[in-house]
Amino acid sequence: MISSGDTSIRKSKIISRRIFIISIAKVVVFTGIIGRLFSLQVNENKKYLRLSDKNRLREWKLPPVRGEFFDYFGNTVAGNMEVYRLHVVPEQVENFNNLMVRLKNILDLSDKEYSKIVNKKNKQKPWETIIISENLSWEQFSKLNLYLHELDGAKPVLSVSRYYPYKENFTHVLGYLSRASVSDLEENESIKKNYVPGLKVGKSGLEKTFEKDLIGTNGVQRYEVNAYGKRINQLDHTVGKKGKNITLTVDAEVQKFANDILIGKSGSISVMDIYTGEIVALHSSPSFDPNLFLHGISINDWKLIRENPLKPLLNKTVSGLYSPGSTIKPIVALSALENDVISPNMKVKCTGKIELYDHTYHCWKEKGHGYMNLRNAIKQSCDTYFYEVSRRLGVDRLNVTAKKFGLGSQVLNGIFENEKKGLVPSTKWKKNNLGRGWVLGETLLTGIGQGYIQTTPLQLCLMTAQLANGGFKIHPRIILDKSYEDYETIKKKMSQNIVEREDVQMGLIPTSDGLINSSENKYSILFRNQENVKFVLEAMFGSTNELFGTSYKSRIEDKKYQFAGKTGTAQVKRITEKARELDLKTEQIPYEERDHALYIAYGPYKNPRYAASIIIEHGGSGSKAAAPIATKLFKLVIDRHEIREKIKQKEIQTI
Amino acid sequence: MLNKLSFSGRITFFQKIRSLDYWLLVCILLLGLISSFSMYSSEGGQILYYTESHIIRFTVFFSLMLAISFVRPKFWHATGYLFFVIVMGLLFYVSLFGITASGSQRWINLYFINLQPSELMKIAIIICFAKYYHRLQINNINRFQNLLIPIVILILPIVLVLSQPDLGTSILIALSGLAVIWLSGVNIKYFIYSLLIFIVSAPFVITFLEPYQKLRILAFFNPERDPLGSGYQIIQSKIAVGSGGLYGKGFLKGTQSYLEFLPEKHTDFIFTLFSEEHGFIGSLALLLIYVIMIYRIILIGSICRTFFSKLFCYGFGSAIFIYIVVNMSMVLGMVPIVGSPLPIMSYGGSSMLATMTGLGIVMGCRIYNKELIV
Repeated sequence: MISSGDTSIRKSKIISRRIFIISIAKVVVFTGIIGRLFSLQVNENKKYLRLSDKNRLREWKLPPVRGEFFDYFGNTVAGNMEVYRLHVVPEQVENFNNLMVRLKNILDLSDKEYSKIVNKKNKQKPWETIIISENLSWEQFSKLNLYLHELDGAKPVLSVSRYYPYKENFTHVLGYLSRASVSDLEENESIKKNYVPGLKVGKSGLEKTFEKDLIGTNGVQRYEVNAYGKRINQLDHTVGKKGKNITLTVDAEVQKFANDILIGKSGSISVMDIYTGEIVALHSSPSFDPNLFLHGISINDWKLIRENPLKPLLNKTVSGLYSPGSTIKPIVALSALENDVISPNMKVKCTGKIELYDHTYHCWKEKGHGYMNLRNAIKQSCDTYFYEVSRRLGVDRLNVTAKKFGLGSQVLNGIFENEKKGLVPSTKWKKNNLGRGWVLGETLLTGIGQGYIQTTPLQLCLMTAQLANGGFKIHPRIILDKSYEDYETIKKKMSQNIVEREDVQMGLIPTSDGLINSSENKYSILFRNQENVKFVLEAMFGSTNELFGTSYKSRIEDKKYQFAGKTGTAQVKRITEKARELDLKTEQIPYEERDHALYIAYGPYKNPRYAASIIIEHGGSGSKAAAPIATKLFKLVIDRHEIREKIKQKEIQTI
Repeated sequence: MLNKLSFSGRITFFQKIRSLDYWLLVCILLLGLISSFSMYSSEGGQILYYTESHIIRFTVFFSLMLAISFVRPKFWHATGYLFFVIVMGLLFYVSLFGITASGSQRWINLYFINLQPSELMKIAIIICFAKYYHRLQINNINRFQNLLIPIVILILPIVLVLSQPDLGTSILIALSGLAVIWLSGVNIKYFIYSLLIFIVSAPFVITFLEPYQKLRILAFFNPERDPLGSGYQIIQSKIAVGSGGLYGKGFLKGTQSYLEFLPEKHTDFIFTLFSEEHGFIGSLALLLIYVIMIYRIILIGSICRTFFSKLFCYGFGSAIFIYIVVNMSMVLGMVPIVGSPLPIMSYGGSSMLATMTGLGIVMGCRIYNKELIV
């Protein structure tokens, strides 16, 4: 033994003391570790559970299914079409390049598209889907199916896409869809909420206005993912809600007619039910095919649309501003009669022009109409007569009547974001806006619908409708509301309004049984004396259906279709004396300087139901360019009317 | 209870079997079982390479431990320095011809196993010091020359392991060596001086660290600094443990490990996996097994008559404690991430071999506790 007993005992003592100290240290340290475990697993458990769920759970939003649009008869005008897309998941493909070369041949992809896809593949994770094609044509699809067994990893996938079966017919009403932009997301809460990459949203028209209702809600798929983001398994799947369907008051047939007849021209056609205010047609020409925008419009197509001088992007019916020209005359006449400024028998001799303060004001008929009374002046659209009428009436009184009948304010209350108010001038307006006093000459010009006055085609249509129904305010709408009152109710209420007013005028106190309810003043009276309205309507009949009437050539003699109207020819440019002498034909004038052709009408004359306004930009005279369209239009509208009524009957029965 | 076995002279084989420490054996077997199930879970509930190889290794090394149990401490005493020299030789060999993996040259290919000599050094250093202090007179322990020699003996392997580079193992070697030096009775003031010197020189030491080690230290102090880079392991490990809660997510239901958010889940982070699936209660149970194990080792040390055996048992018991503490506090985000396995639980042959050898020697000390070393 090398170590002595003494050393050995002392060493043992020291080591025992030292291990004791270590043991105490161990207890302390283990307590620390247990404390740490406790704080992580018990105290902060919720925090870490949340973090762990955040790690492992991913939600995939599915694109919402958009609501559809139907026309009055239930025809789909904006629907959801099933399209085949081609997806490839690179991870599941043995040789991506081989597959792509084959697909390129089969689908006839351009080199640009091909390299775009390859670039995309290199950027994303191998298990992320690449969309090779958003919309396979039938040919591509069938060809693909033929080779599908050789194309490992290529998957044709059924998907839903917007589809406009009527192509350009409804473009300005519905607008179009395209990929949501950053500003769409910022401006619209519901787009933000339901956004998925590649979501298409309304860019104009009703698609944009009713985005909130149409968009629907996302379906959601929840997946568990691993640390690399790969989906491991699907946990649950919430089905999204389809957006609301919207039915329009528009008749696709009439709409289609409007499009066809205006092809190649710039202009607008609107048709309205004069009692219910339902818009039967609302077309602006030229139009474009909104389907082009769905999968990204090509630069060429976009250029064609944007650079077209006829401005297809503009919804002329609600956003185009035109001088009403002679189509304002019925209102001028009505205003004068209502204000007792003239009697229908007032005679004015038209010599083709009048002189006023060194200015010459011409009538469209150079030789003059001779002696005219009010009815003839409307019928033959004598400018000289209306110079005199408006001189006596004054612009401010005209302003009141014109505004009553719907000019100078939006017809559809902002349903179309670009709807214009137009302008009905007054002395006050000029002073406030132009800082100068009103001049009498301007009154004369306003009286023939030139000068400051600006109207939209839809305003003219509403004006005509409110004249045609006997002078009652109506509420135009383009969205069908089944709960809205029908024709009979409205007509009854209109006549009740008259009774009520007469009672008040005669000093009778309205009874309390609710028969005469002042809050039911929905179809308020726009006239003082209905005879005046009837006079104007009758004069318009003359204008269309009697010899020398400006649209006599466009008349229909069949009582069923007979309509009454008023032509208008709006100058775009002041006619110089020189040009007046030349007396050029429309075709000889440069396009931009040609007159706008306008026509307003209502029909059938005997028992009117519809009003229409037609505008052909730079079409020349109203009687030659615009009125003939009305002939065909009224034939169609009145034929369609019967079917329209039947549908209504059927619905009432089924309810 | 342990003292009853005491009698002098030769003991029969049956007596040897009887005097094995069964508490310790049960603890080891339990750890083997738990680690096999954890390995199974780490592979997503399948018996794949790691599970199979872990079970085989555990079986082989457990048998080895039993065999070593019957080796007299006298043998370890006799070969103590030789053992150290051999392991040092292996470390030299590794630094010249070792296999490199993930930027570190640590292994020798022995065909059936990739041997990591630095793990063996953890045991060799304890045996070596035990022998050194066994011979030393109490009065000479605090002599300058007797202080210097162990320091040199300790620094040599540490330098070699650090150069691999393997910070984790060198820290473990250093700490277990220091534990033995402490146990031997070296004056406390030297430890205090060393500590002061270490603190003062730490900034200089840091400049010698590899960039990835510096990043890990930075990441420890602020894991959010680089959540997808160097802080990732700490963050994910804490999430896994924390989300386990009181009862855990259940066996095979640890999403953090199953979905591969957890790094190194079979080796250094096996405790995280276990803790995520079995929660606070499970972790306490596992900790309890280790505590019992350490307690039994120290108890065995206390009945040994020779200073060599005593020092080895105490030293090894403390070393096991250090391994556990370093590993657990690392995965719980209490100290910076350094590579350090959890004894028996972690996947790794050399670590298991070293631990089992140590346990075998402890078991030998138990069987031959009355024998003296002359």
